[in-house]
Amino acid sequence: MTNNGNGKIKPKMTFWEKLYFPEIIHGMTITMKAMFRPKFTRQYPEERWNPPPVFRGRPVLVVEDETGVERCVACGLCARVCPSLAIQVQAAETELDKERYPELFEINMLRCIFCGFCEEVCPEEAIIMSKDFELTFSEPKDAIFGKDKLLIPRSQLEDRLEFLKQYR
Amino acid sequence: MIAVVALIKIIVVVLVVLGAVAYLVLLERKISAYMQDRIGPNRVGPKGMFQPFADILKLVLKELIVPEQANGFVHALAPVISITVALSALAVIPFGNYIVIGGQKISLMIANVNIGVLYILAMSSLGVYGITLSGWSSNSKYSLLGGLRSSAQMISYELSLGLSIIGVLMIDGTLRLDRIVTAQGSGLWNIVYQPLGFLVFITAAFAETNRLPFDLPEAEPELVGGYHTEYSGMRWGLFFLSEYTSMIVSSALIVTLYFGGWSLPYVDYAAMFPNIAAIIEIVTFLAKTGIFIFIYMWVRWTLPRFRYDQLMNVGWKIMLPLAIVNLLGTGAVLLAVK
Ligand code: SF4
Ligand code: SF4
Repeated sequence: MTNNGNGKIKPKMTFWEKLYFPEIIHGMTITMKAMFRPKFTRQYPEERWNPPPVFRGRPVLVVEDETGVERCVACGLCARVCPSLAIQVQAAETELDKERYPELFEINMLRCIFCGFCEEVCPEEAIIMSKDFELTFSEPKDAIFGKDKLLIPRSQLEDRLEFLKQYR
Repeated sequence: MIAVVALIKIIVVVLVVLGAVAYLVLLERKISAYMQDRIGPNRVGPKGMFQPFADILKLVLKELIVPEQANGFVHALAPVISITVALSALAVIPFGNYIVIGGQKISLMIANVNIGVLYILAMSSLGVYGITLSGWSSNSKYSLLGGLRSSAQMISYELSLGLSIIGVLMIDGTLRLDRIVTAQGSGLWNIVYQPLGFLVFITAAFAETNRLPFDLPEAEPELVGGYHTEYSGMRWGLFFLSEYTSMIVSSALIVTLYFGGWSLPYVDYAAMFPNIAAIIEIVTFLAKTGIFIFIYMWVRWTLPRFRYDQLMNVGWKIMLPLAIVNLLGTGAVLLAVK
């Protein structure tokens, strides 16, 4: 490449490159070779992908296996930090040690942008990003995930919890 | 009787070509996929073999949208012109020598006119009407730009196309495509005598068929869809059909003019049983044409698009002089030999 002074960059070419046709043939051999390279396509519905723990899928609430109680104390920090206002928490009192629990916990999956801020801000490590990325709805109201869909036993989330312990 | 035979030939050729187009689309998608390390369509039917039917069904079922300010009649007419012209060019292509049915010799081309080459040139230049009219009638800036580019491009490349063919015509001394084939069958193919002419011809043919690297009339990144931006459904499908049909036609023409058409070197068809010879000829012709169609697609997925000024530069400053040099050279050599 040489700069010819008026800001335009002119590539320096040899005689054979200027002839153009040899370079076309060169390019065509490259594409022909590419035809026989191994393919990257994953046959998706049949061949599933298990994402690594760093993957941020839909946010879920961790439930302790032993007690069957969610970790969340309904502090509302996640709802506060969520940039897309996807989370709604309604607190209520409980006899348990943690004293508060979310009576209602809803994430609107049409709004969520999978930023992971909720996970970052949560003082209890109660809301974390799962590996679930297959989210389809036929109606907007189906996209609002209540506690029935959000509560996931801790044993299924070990990967991510381990990852958070190591890197955060 | 002649009319009936011609009609049958037309129907067979048109059906075969339209079927071939459907599968060429699939082939192109497969080739592009393989060149990009993908697999391509493989869901509809075994290995995606029924994909063309799904595509056609989709096109037929789609709504025809005509822009409000468009000129309705011309808007409807343009795709029809395109496909008609593309298909008509097939009429003079010889697919083989002749077959014998009921003791009658039937030649394997639809119309054996004595100005075959001129006819094809005329038809391919008419093709620009479809594109220009569609661009003009849709009343959209992108379509209009596409149409204008197409007319400018066609005019620039038509000249080199015609001039490069003249070399072949001088060597074989005829405008009839079947004679050009038989002349090559008894000796060397024209590509040996006309390598430069062939390069000019194939480049101009790419430009004539609006295929990459010369697909400026469509140029998706700049013009949305170019001249067919405002088309949908089967009208758009007709443009698609005509693009592939003209690809077939120009491949067939390249084969006929430069690669001996249906003939094979050192094969004596006259010694064979005529119908068997005819089958071999047709297969040879189709195979040769197929190779060039593959090259069309191969080039498309290899080269980037030319810029508009580059296109004009190549057309007027390189291709035209080359074609003229080729013409003069051929003339001088022919004079010296005779
Ligand atoms: S930040 Fe954690 S503890 Fe607080 S409401 Fe959200 S999920 Fe519950
Ligand atoms: S991942 Fe981000 S957008 Fe989604 S709920 Fe958590 S904070 Fe909100």
